[in-house]
Amino acid sequence: MSAGKILSTDSITMKFGGLTAVSELSLDIYAGEIIGLIGPNGAGKTTAFNMITGVYEPTKGKIYFKGQDITGMRPDLITKAGISRTFQNIRLFNSMTVLENVMISKHVRLKANPLDAVLRLPRYIKARREHYEECMELLRQVELDDVAHEMAAALPYGKQRRLEIARALATQPSLLLLDEPAAGMNPQESLELMDFIRQIREQFNLTILMIEHHMEVVMGICERITVLDYGVTIAQGTPTEIQNNPRVIEAYLGAVESNA
Amino acid sequence: MDGRKNIKIALNIATLLVTAVFLYWGDSVLSPFQKRILNLAAIFVILGASMNLVVGFTGMFSLGHSGFMCVGAYTAAILTMSPESKELIYYMEPIVPWLKNIEWPIIPATIMGGIIAAVFGILVGFPALRLRDDYLAIATLGFAEIIRIIVTNTISITNGALGLKNIPSEKSLLFYWSFCIITIIILKNLINSSWGYAFKAIRDNEIAAEAMGVSVFKHKMLSFTIGAFFAGIAGALMAFLITSIDPTMFRFLFTFQILLIVVLGGMGSLTGSVIAGIIITIAMEWLRFVERPMTILGMDIPGIPGMRMVIFAILLLVVVLFYRQGLMGTKEFNWDWLLDKLGLARNRERGIS
Ligand SMILES: Nc1ncnc2c1ncn2[C@@H]1O[C@H](COP(=O)(O)OP(=O)(O)O)[C@@H](O)[C@H]1O
Ligand SMILES: [Mg+2]
Repeated sequence: MSAGKILSTDSITMKFGGLTAVSELSLDIYAGEIIGLIGPNGAGKTTAFNMITGVYEPTKGKIYFKGQDITGMRPDLITKAGISRTFQNIRLFNSMTVLENVMISKHVRLKANPLDAVLRLPRYIKARREHYEECMELLRQVELDDVAHEMAAALPYGKQRRLEIARALATQPSLLLLDEPAAGMNPQESLELMDFIRQIREQFNLTILMIEHHMEVVMGICERITVLDYGVTIAQGTPTEIQNNPRVIEAYLGAVESNA
Repeated sequence: MDGRKNIKIALNIATLLVTAVFLYWGDSVLSPFQKRILNLAAIFVILGASMNLVVGFTGMFSLGHSGFMCVGAYTAAILTMSPESKELIYYMEPIVPWLKNIEWPIIPATIMGGIIAAVFGILVGFPALRLRDDYLAIATLGFAEIIRIIVTNTISITNGALGLKNIPSEKSLLFYWSFCIITIIILKNLINSSWGYAFKAIRDNEIAAEAMGVSVFKHKMLSFTIGAFFAGIAGALMAFLITSIDPTMFRFLFTFQILLIVVLGGMGSLTGSVIAGIIITIAMEWLRFVERPMTILGMDIPGIPGMRMVIFAILLLVVVLFYRQGLMGTKEFNWDWLLDKLGLARNRERGIS
């Protein structure tokens, strides 16, 4: 395995009964890259994320993260290993504040037991204070500190999307998977999001794999793109290669342009 | 910035002192009947709060509470009854020798009741907590019934269907309410800790919680086991309060009564469980009249046993259908709220500098 390869999926396939949602998907992602995964609705993009993050175990194929086989590993352990994600349909902890949403990631690393917490022992209090500071700092970096104590459910849509990303960042991932982060955004907001994604890549030293429908986002930000159609990989290459690929134009870009 | 904090600490201490004085005073002046009802309320508050941890805070629709209560009650009873009583009561089959001569004081026996119930919690939780929603409800209901059947059939340990009598009696308010207050403090601290937030995260969105690195099964087991522990404590207290127990007491109807407390108080509000626990207990005593024969408009109506439960079932339906939030929703009592009401200036300790 070549140096710098951070994620590699080896012909992963996911079948739901008779339906093959993803067929023989092979991805190789190198540290620091921003990779796009595109394709029409139902192409199997989210399913690919679900396999990589352990929500589903692939019917066939292997997934390697930093050289380690993570196929079928539990989602929480994959997160601890350094892969984090956002969800296409926002999944925030709605009964909690923005800060509390982010602080969940620190609970996982807490070096104290429930009894310490119940008895409010110094080692628990100290750890929590540190977590609080770390998370407030993170919220400042992503410009959500002004709403830190608001309920997550009460945030406007755009900020909820941003909180999803912040929450994923709080787990200190090296690979971040973004599932349609620009969904529901207007062109202006999409542009801001692009800047934001570039900025966090630098700041947090990330590798990013993103699913996105907004072509201007994908083409503007991704270094390489994989195109799925009915679960099958129909093209892989640079944005220019993808834009000029006849199969892609037929399957996907054509459809988008005719919509526009 | 510590002004508010000190006021709150002072208020907490004052409340505890006032409560302690009230309990001492109550122990000497209240009638045995009044004390019994207040003690029953303490037990139901523990039951409601611990079930709320599981159902309201962690979002696991578990209906096994009466089973764990049963384990706690039997454990505490067997550990405290005198060898002579045991000889007398176990006449179908003598009690196994290793339990016969045990005669513990009631406080360690109560705690052991909680521990053994927690062990059962782990045994039940291991298979059951892989299920969700109504499947979990059915499975836990089934396990509670299995526990009851085991208790009915391990005659040389539990005396089977005959039940246990002559359990040491404890009548003081101080005893029951101390357990109740300690339980509430422990649960409150737990819920406000990072574990509590992890429980709520699982309740809000299990997939997202897992994606944040939370080991969902481990946390569900923790919440469920703690819930079982306190159900066991409540069972033990029940044994000392009524001094005779039998397996039929712990049927699933009992769990519904606890569920009513949780729902009426508010799923996800400890304060709600405390208030509803007290209200339901008192209402239940008051409603005893509906089970007695009575004359309405010249008609003689015979007493209908179980009528109270019918009323409670209807109440549960009404709350679930029209009053989902219960009394408190997910809100909690806190001093800040009270101090704000009283117009005391507030330090913006949570504000952003
Ligand atoms: N848990 C599931 N059970 C059955 N079918 C599923 C499941 N998840 C996804 N699918 C199906 O797999 C296909 C791909 O879905 P998805 O990965 O969500 O597509 P995309 O994210 O590309 O829009 C769809 O036909 C979808 O209905
Ligand atoms: Mg999708």
